Amino acid sequence: MAAAPFDIPALGDPARHPVPAIKADAMAASRPYVAAEAHQQPLGFPGELTEGWEKRAIDHMGGLLSKYRSLQVFMDICVKCGACTDKCHYFLGTADPKNMPVARADLFRSVYRRYFTPVGKLAPGLVGARDMSKEVLDEWYSYFHQCSQCRRCSVFCPYGIDTAEISMAARDIMDSIGQGQKYCNEIIGKVHKIGNNLGLPAPALIDTLEGLEEDILDETGVPVRLPIDEAGAEVLLVTPSADFFAEPHVLGLMGYAKVFHAAGVSWTLSTKASEAGNFGMFIGNYEQMRKISMRIREAAQELGVKRIIFGECGHAWRVAYSFLNTLAGPWDFLDPRYPVPQHILEFTSDLIARKGIKLDKSGNDGMVLTVHDSCNVARGARMGDRPGGQFTIPRDVIKAAVPKFVDMHPDTICDKTYCCGGGGGLLTDELIELRVKGASPRMEALKDVVDKEGVTHMAAMCAICKAQFTKILPYYDFDREMVVSVHQLVSNAIVLGDND
Amino acid sequence: MTIFFAILFCVSTLVLVAGLAMKIAQYARTPAPLKIPTTPAPLTKGGVALRLGREAVLFESLYRANRLLWLFAIVFHLGLAVVLIRHGRYFQAEIGFLTQLVQPLAQPAGLAMVAGLGLLLVRRFVSERVRYVTRPSDILMLVLLLGIGVTGMAMKCVVHTDIVAVKAFFTGLMGFELRPLPNDPLLGLHLLLVCLLMIVFPFSKLLHAPGLFFSPTRNQTDTPREVRHLAPWAARLEEK
Ligand code: SF4
Ligand code: SF4
Repeated sequence: MAAAPFDIPALGDPARHPVPAIKADAMAASRPYVAAEAHQQPLGFPGELTEGWEKRAIDHMGGLLSKYRSLQVFMDICVKCGACTDKCHYFLGTADPKNMPVARADLFRSVYRRYFTPVGKLAPGLVGARDMSKEVLDEWYSYFHQCSQCRRCSVFCPYGIDTAEISMAARDIMDSIGQGQKYCNEIIGKVHKIGNNLGLPAPALIDTLEGLEEDILDETGVPVRLPIDEAGAEVLLVTPSADFFAEPHVLGLMGYAKVFHAAGVSWTLSTKASEAGNFGMFIGNYEQMRKISMRIREAAQELGVKRIIFGECGHAWRVAYSFLNTLAGPWDFLDPRYPVPQHILEFTSDLIARKGIKLDKSGNDGMVLTVHDSCNVARGARMGDRPGGQFTIPRDVIKAAVPKFVDMHPDTICDKTYCCGGGGGLLTDELIELRVKGASPRMEALKDVVDKEGVTHMAAMCAICKAQFTKILPYYDFDREMVVSVHQLVSNAIVLGDND
Repeated sequence: MTIFFAILFCVSTLVLVAGLAMKIAQYARTPAPLKIPTTPAPLTKGGVALRLGREAVLFESLYRANRLLWLFAIVFHLGLAVVLIRHGRYFQAEIGFLTQLVQPLAQPAGLAMVAGLGLLLVRRFVSERVRYVTRPSDILMLVLLLGIGVTGMAMKCVVHTDIVAVKAFFTGLMGFELRPLPNDPLLGLHLLLVCLLMIVFPFSKLLHAPGLFFSPTRNQTDTPREVRHLAPWAARLEEK
């Protein structure tokens, strides 16, 4: 790997990983590109910061405080105990104290105090209250874009204070005054205009799917279909658009197709809902999130499907599992025997358990697998019918498909999992330093099992995780092909042929 | 002194009760438009009650986060709880069962409270990361509580106060009858600090006590697929 213009954190033992001494403002200069007018206006946000933005920001803050109990309560009840200070992967990787969850939240809280609490109005110095100023906004822009909204801090806070909620609110306020982030807003614009985050038009999608059908036929001799816009199919599959495009994502998509084929369940993709991701969540905007979700409802109604299944993507699954019913329900026109929506891993694991499909582990010979629990799956959503299903179901599927599976250090998996470093709308090149450093706790735990257990591959169930890892693994001297889709493993192992 | 404290007590009780009621009403009124429980989350209301109970009594998440801090916090809060129950004797004509039960624990509990607070205060300065997020109000709050604890302990162990008279004062106050408070500077300081605490409570981070129960990440059931969870303001978007 080419030398990077910044230091790459040294990896130690995940069991005793050291907490860095704080380095004030180490990452103050890290900020994503600001959205231009062309990215702002299609979303209904002002094109740029104009006169009087301070007041508009405070007004918007007041609105959010009255709409979101989470925000109001989290602003008031932090006791500054510091239990969260060593829990954020960005703090661990960068040592910048403003990446400690409580300090990040305090950037917001200091303004809240000044305008919405008696003590902050009377004696600002006592509680660290600050006027909304350009300096504060600059800090917000830097540090609320150094939070991947992974919610790890919320697990450990004695009151469940979720800094992700605060980052979302801050980003919503910044959008509302004309200081949006280019990466997210440009992508949301593409979803509205073309239908998916990557901006793949329908003909390109159809072309890609035909190509994949040929690949599978060449490789297996079995005509597995990847249908799109097929009215009357039983299942609508909504998957991240990265699945149409890049490796290892696309290998996962072929896996889904093979599972449907082997199970004999008719399914279809949709050009209208050709994206599972919902960046409306990253920018904390309910209306955008709702608008993006409505496409899925419309597609399901137009195609007349009975069930909706989501492909492998972390935040997409969080929005789908936790919010879709709220945002775009009720889903009473679908078959009530199935939860709405389902995750492809729920579908596959159920088939494996019922012997509806057969897996032959020799398809993945020589591989030793570990799994990365994507944060939005682990801490934001569930799978199956009991708490913690999101941890067991992916592991069950992987174990059924590979010869050997090992977990990483217990402090770094399941609900304590570390973010890949690229979530929350930070998967953009100008933030590469942050992404590399933020990935260090995950890399440390990975290196540990590579060294001790001979792990060869790490499975991920999120498009952002997969994209982030393929990019940053080489910085830590790993092969970028180490990261695989869970359904890529299924794809390698599944026994095709007659399904009767 | 008697009249001064009688008035101060009435005012600070009023501030505490009204302030807390307003804050709680605000929390209860503010909608939670989306389901955001931290997983693995309970699926039933009973499960939620259990989860909140464990957080409130055992500080479960804090235990996972930081054992030493958990210990300091438990020592302080447990001590405080016992001391508070024990103070019931100043307000009850007939001393209640619970108050009697903790009687023998009063002194160790007071000590635990003061020790816990002391440790929390030292930690604020010793730990670099905690120091970074500390504001003057965080220290003042600890000092205030410490002042209450130390003056209370001093009255118990060093310079005894006429507690029979204190009890008469408070039980009298509750019946809107003025009975004399002993003229004791230590007692005066103790009561002054307590009143101050009651007044700042609804405006400070002490709101974490009621706030915990309103925290959506902890008090929601994990049932978004089964039940539609629509806030009133979000429902209005649908009408458009
Ligand atoms: S949500 Fe994740 S990234 Fe954001 S402050 Fe918390 S731990 Fe850090
Ligand atoms: S753990 Fe919670 S209460 Fe403690 S400092 Fe962090 S956010 Fe505040």
